[in-house]
Amino acid sequence: MTLVLNNVTKRFGDHTAVDRLSLEIPEREMFGFLGGNGAGKTTTFRMILGLLDISEGSIAWDGGSIGYDKSHLVGYLPEERGLYPKLKVKDQIVYLGKLRGMNKQEAMKELEGWLDRFKVPEYIDKKVEELSKGNQQKIQFISAVIHKPKLLILDEPFSGLDPINVEMLKEAVVELKEQGTSIVFSSHRMEHVEELCEHLCILHKGQDVVQGSLRDIKRTFGKKNLIIHADSSLDFLKRFPGVVQYKPITEGCALQIDNESISQDIFAELQGKGFIRKFELEEPSLNDIFIEKVGASYES
Amino acid sequence: MNHKFWIILSHTYMSRFKTKSFLISTIITLLFIVGFANIQSVIDLFSSDEKDQIAVIDETDNLFPVLKESVEGANENIALVAYEDSEEKAKSAVQEEEYKALVVLSRNGENLPEGSYYAKTITEAGEQQVIEQQLQQLKVAEATQAEGVDQATLEQIYAPVSFEKVALDDSAKTTEELSQARGIVYIMLFLLYISVITYGMMIAQDVANEKSSRVMEILISSASPVTHMFAKITGIALLGLTQVVLFVGVGYSLITSKQEELTGGILDIFGFQDTSISLYLYALVFFVLGYLLYATLAAMLGSLVSRVEDVQQFMTPMVFLIAIAFFIAMFGINMPQASLVTITSFIPFFAPMLMFLRVGMLDIPAWEVMLSIGILIATIVLLAIIGARVYKGGVLMYGRSSSLKDIRKALHLSKKE
Repeated sequence: MTLVLNNVTKRFGDHTAVDRLSLEIPEREMFGFLGGNGAGKTTTFRMILGLLDISEGSIAWDGGSIGYDKSHLVGYLPEERGLYPKLKVKDQIVYLGKLRGMNKQEAMKELEGWLDRFKVPEYIDKKVEELSKGNQQKIQFISAVIHKPKLLILDEPFSGLDPINVEMLKEAVVELKEQGTSIVFSSHRMEHVEELCEHLCILHKGQDVVQGSLRDIKRTFGKKNLIIHADSSLDFLKRFPGVVQYKPITEGCALQIDNESISQDIFAELQGKGFIRKFELEEPSLNDIFIEKVGASYES
Repeated sequence: MNHKFWIILSHTYMSRFKTKSFLISTIITLLFIVGFANIQSVIDLFSSDEKDQIAVIDETDNLFPVLKESVEGANENIALVAYEDSEEKAKSAVQEEEYKALVVLSRNGENLPEGSYYAKTITEAGEQQVIEQQLQQLKVAEATQAEGVDQATLEQIYAPVSFEKVALDDSAKTTEELSQARGIVYIMLFLLYISVITYGMMIAQDVANEKSSRVMEILISSASPVTHMFAKITGIALLGLTQVVLFVGVGYSLITSKQEELTGGILDIFGFQDTSISLYLYALVFFVLGYLLYATLAAMLGSLVSRVEDVQQFMTPMVFLIAIAFFIAMFGINMPQASLVTITSFIPFFAPMLMFLRVGMLDIPAWEVMLSIGILIATIVLLAIIGARVYKGGVLMYGRSSSLKDIRKALHLSKKE
């Protein structure tokens, strides 16, 4: 069941939140959304879920729109915690599970399984407001996946979690993917997208500036990173043709170069200029691509 | 869709039902009802069995026994006691609370009875009123007797005049019917007023609560806002019904068990015995429509609030509306033919109260009632459509909530463009 976004546009008055976004998210894939605040990620998710109407274009999943008749196949983890603070974990999950087409016994069984997995079985009778923020996020995650959805939308799932919990949640996400769930998620952290996603999309002011499979994006980006460790001064590389960026590091320098062949020119130039201990050509990181495309660091 | 309606409904009902505030307020009201039904026993509990002793100094020699008999006959809680000592001593005895009061009987220049009443404090009602009335009767009896008027003539003079009220219009209501209808109109008006305020507030609070805890985003991604809104409204309505049935049930069983004590009381005033079925049906119809109208408004207003604390502020216009309707109805119950009542009985937010009042108190053509019901239903449908739109947009709208502007913004959010 492929999710297809075709020229999707969302306008709020004069403001265009999402501008002609076209995407294809294949089944059993993890698709990453990157973008700064206000880039249009949450708006896109809300349109996919039918919470917001689309101004122009269309969204289709398995050939049809996602209506309330399919809500038992869809799981959603919103960016902000969305739980009843005064309700016990089990009452909460059973209620939300029922709304997604489960019965009480199924929901309880699944909930117990998930709580065991997250090593917090004692939370079942606790009120949500008594839990820490990170643990609330675990409950929120369980509420999104309890009914084994075919399409899972995770809006910033790892925010507010410590590294151990991030790993725990990541494993769960990967497992769900392997079981056949298509997962769309947005993250603040480039490395999460880099690690988990086959396909991704970078949104900036409602437009997709980069889109495609991670490998293709890196390949077509062209620019490479070059790291050189040398004993002699490498200052002359600052003005070397094809060098986009020069950054001195303790043992030498880190360069960004226009394309692969520049590295050969530099390699030739370095001959006879002393001992070279390291000469490494690297794929650009997603962060490099992001900075290049969006023009500002996302992490800041 | 239908299935989810019931899930949300039962969740709304149960989660409210289980709250401490609901249980406590229900129990307190029940206690109040029980107390009210036993009001006579409660009063008796606090008042002593001893009769109020009133000292009497009779300067006429023959008035005391007659007055004693008539006063004690009129009010069995009063005992008149002849006081033999001086007036000064009697007054100090009253000061020391030995006696409740002192009455000095004498005759005036025309040889007619007169009296002085001394008590620590003088109130309007109470013993002195009874004594004054009885003394007045004594005086009348003596005076007429002196003039030679016989007892039969006297009774004729005092017999109430026969004054029959007959409406010439065949279909107009008789006085009896009117007083019965008035009882039902009163009850319906109060019930609707209290229900709209109490349960309307509950709905708005529930919606605002789900919105502020952001669980709403998950809820409306599972079930449509319209389903959610109406499940909420119905859930709270059933909760209200539970409460009302409980109150009325307890109240009714207490009243029937104490029928003999209460005869001539509430039951007679409200004349439940033989009111026509159609009036009950109208009461039900207008109550349900009135509740739906205001509940939809409450849900809509609740969806615009981001913080639970703001609910009160947002509900003010709704409370004003129902209060205005209630006051017009209270005024109209005594003059149902006033043109203000006629006009407002066709204005949606006032109609549930005022059209029912007119149906109960007047005899109006059926088409007027149907028109009013039609207007009401149309308004509810319209409000539900707008409400659902506002709801859909409103629940995704956060930030400082202020006013009407938000409704427009919410409508905008839920619109295509």
